[in-house]
Amino acid sequence: MADPVKFTIDGQELEAAPGTLVIEAAKRAGIEIPSFCYYEGYSLQAACRMCLVEVEKMPKMQVACTLPVANGMVVRTDTPQTRGARKSTLEFLLTNHPLDCPVCDKGGECELQDMVFRYGAGESRFTETKLHVDEQQWSPVVYYDGPRCILCFRCVRACEEGMGVAALGVVNRGAVSLIAPNGGDHLNCDECGQCIDICPVGALTSGAYRYQTRPWEMEHTGTICTHCADGCKTTLGTRNDQIIRGNNRDRSGVNGEFLCVKGRYAFDFNDHAERLQSPMVKVNGKLEPVSWAKALEVVSKKFGEIKARGGKFGVVGSNHSTNEENFYLQKFARQGLGTNNIDHRRTGDVVTLVDALSGTNGSLATTADMYERKAFLILGADLAVEHPLLSFQIRANYRHHAARIYTVTARAVREDDYAVRSIRKPAFSEFEALEELRGALAAEPELVILFGDTVKGPDVRKLVEFGQSLSIPVKYTALVDYSNSRGAIDMGLVPELGPGFHATGAAGLTLPEMLAAGDLDALWVVGENPLAQAALASKKAFVVVQDMFLTETAKAADVVLPSASAYEKNGTVTNVCGEVQRVKRAAATMGAKPDLEIIGLIAKEMGLAATMGPWLPDTVYGEIRRTVKGYDIPLPLVALGAQQTVPVNGRVGVDVRPDLVWSAHENLFTSGTLGRYSKILNSVIEKRSGAATPEQELARQ
Amino acid sequence: MTFSPELEARFAKFLAKYPEDRKRSATIPMLIYAQDEIGSVTPELVAEVAKRVGSTPLQVEEVVGFYSMLHKGKGMGKYHVQVCTNISCLLRGGAELYEQASQKLHLGHKQVSADGFVSLEEVECMGACSWAPAVQINYDFYHDVTPEQLDKLLSGLMAGKKPEEIAEVKKVSC
Repeated sequence: MADPVKFTIDGQELEAAPGTLVIEAAKRAGIEIPSFCYYEGYSLQAACRMCLVEVEKMPKMQVACTLPVANGMVVRTDTPQTRGARKSTLEFLLTNHPLDCPVCDKGGECELQDMVFRYGAGESRFTETKLHVDEQQWSPVVYYDGPRCILCFRCVRACEEGMGVAALGVVNRGAVSLIAPNGGDHLNCDECGQCIDICPVGALTSGAYRYQTRPWEMEHTGTICTHCADGCKTTLGTRNDQIIRGNNRDRSGVNGEFLCVKGRYAFDFNDHAERLQSPMVKVNGKLEPVSWAKALEVVSKKFGEIKARGGKFGVVGSNHSTNEENFYLQKFARQGLGTNNIDHRRTGDVVTLVDALSGTNGSLATTADMYERKAFLILGADLAVEHPLLSFQIRANYRHHAARIYTVTARAVREDDYAVRSIRKPAFSEFEALEELRGALAAEPELVILFGDTVKGPDVRKLVEFGQSLSIPVKYTALVDYSNSRGAIDMGLVPELGPGFHATGAAGLTLPEMLAAGDLDALWVVGENPLAQAALASKKAFVVVQDMFLTETAKAADVVLPSASAYEKNGTVTNVCGEVQRVKRAAATMGAKPDLEIIGLIAKEMGLAATMGPWLPDTVYGEIRRTVKGYDIPLPLVALGAQQTVPVNGRVGVDVRPDLVWSAHENLFTSGTLGRYSKILNSVIEKRSGAATPEQELARQ
Repeated sequence: MTFSPELEARFAKFLAKYPEDRKRSATIPMLIYAQDEIGSVTPELVAEVAKRVGSTPLQVEEVVGFYSMLHKGKGMGKYHVQVCTNISCLLRGGAELYEQASQKLHLGHKQVSADGFVSLEEVECMGACSWAPAVQINYDFYHDVTPEQLDKLLSGLMAGKKPEEIAEVKKVSC
């Protein structure tokens, strides 16, 4: 690295790397230079003029957000001149800005309010009429109030550079400039809401949050989004046990402040009118509400009876439940009910990858790797649609570090726009392109390979062989669908494998086999909806379903137990990169219980409490730490931030049926059964038109 | 969208002038010359230019909104009368000229006559401060304009004469 540059800001002698901006150097030294348009990570704008500073030997004040430090530079940020400049800038910004703070969503957390409070003048010299344009609704989630806009263009850059969508622009000029959407009067975009979050004022407001509350009335709970597998941290703002807002302004978690439409808005299933609030038992073919005591009694009696006569159980776990719940469920199945008939819907071939990588270290990519590594190979996956965070990270990597990207996909993907090479291959034949890319890939210093469900079983082994043959450090990510798909495999929701990929040595029924078994005595489904696609062959099976909603599977159940949502419980989940993160209870729904508690209560009723141990999340996590290899991470560390788990580093050694691995290829606006209950996901035009991406939506028009 | 062969040739020249990844530089010239041909910047034109220079329609809209010489909607009249009222012209009677033109044509700023024949615009500096006050009609400049000259010019136009046929006024072609 080049020698550091020495300079002075407000009398402090400082050093920084060449190219560091004065505003950044000052920030690191604890000196605040106010600004609106400067935003770390995005291109420079120098539009707001708030960051003017005095620099010795320079005749005029300089914009600290675009001025790189230089040797011997003497900067002063707090002088009568800079204070005057800030006052004037704010006076100008307020000439057309309405002072409707009392009814503005941003009131109380508005950067303009804070700046005026700190640096503004007490009075304005402007007596002219303020310019006014009416508020516009651009989509179910994005509203724009032109007069409030201070034209910092943060939203335009976040959309174009951050998201790669470029749905926002600036039309007109001068005092009548406005932000405009790409659809003329509406937006065709990812509906991610980044523009709303990044807006320093209340110009862009959220359809879900607007006029719901004053910000200081909310409580904030940082938890992990329950939709896709990327594991973004979403900070839920709640009032009276109702979730009102999702965002992540404190940039905690693997995602920084990034969230897609699901993480930011699709918490609304939580308050859906069809949420189950009472256990139900089927009487004469009809589900009737009963007390928890009664329902648990029915379940435990029937389970006990089937177990006693050696009947056939089928246990189905979920891709959304916490690690603790999944661990507890498989323990219940294997030790409590004495069956290996336990499975979940498999969405990515993690097992074969772990097996193929046995004997290597550090071969699984982390979320941070997506931003830091130098080259990427994307096989058969549309990241921008199915893994928005990974896509965002790789895009930022390209912007900041010129990462080199290779895509091999069936359809055009957003990554093509900045890829070095893009090759079209139909699904399942992505391999044919590898040899073509061998020379280019081998010339890279390092590589991360991401692959979807079109690469599974023997193909994963071939891929790893290919990767190793490049003689460069290669990391891998097997893409999976949902918030805890990875954790479900790690916790042993597979007949052949116990927790931590340990072969059980005993055969068990897989999910399709359970549904097809005519002699199944009991089917216990926790948070999954297998009967949406398939029928249950066994007519005599006693079906117990734990779910939030009356799904197809719940309708077929003999007993339905209302479960708490992911935002209503504590525990941990593991994301697509194998990073374990903490989920926290943000709200509660009367009558519903977390799955862990429900499983625990059934165990207690059946007299298995001693076998199963207490159903406290932290206690169960303690057991996971002791028994699941790779999860030996203290909870306080997990609470601090994502920790990557490293699975058992040896051969798995059993065939785990890669043929059962199928991704649902959820897009930005679908989320399995759960997605049906999110009003917002179903209301955006991109969803209604069936287009998976804004590009497709525009093409459709 | 198709243009005249001459305009197509002009577009081809612009596009060849800039490096492959700087095609967007051709946006403004393409818009202004296409506007001359079709009368205004239509949504179809915006989409077409975006396609040809490799940007999004919204990015072209940003340019159209920024530059006052690009007109959306029906566009300006066959003769677009532009009067400068910036400081030099203002000091030498530009504002009065604009007022005079406005009353004579019964048009306000950026208004077009019902028959689409003539339109008026109060413009910013056109770089003719040394010869203020200045008036521009389409691409022709008129320098040191007096109220009498403007009257003759506008009367001539309204009588159906072409600007070059109105001999009394000093015209500077660009």
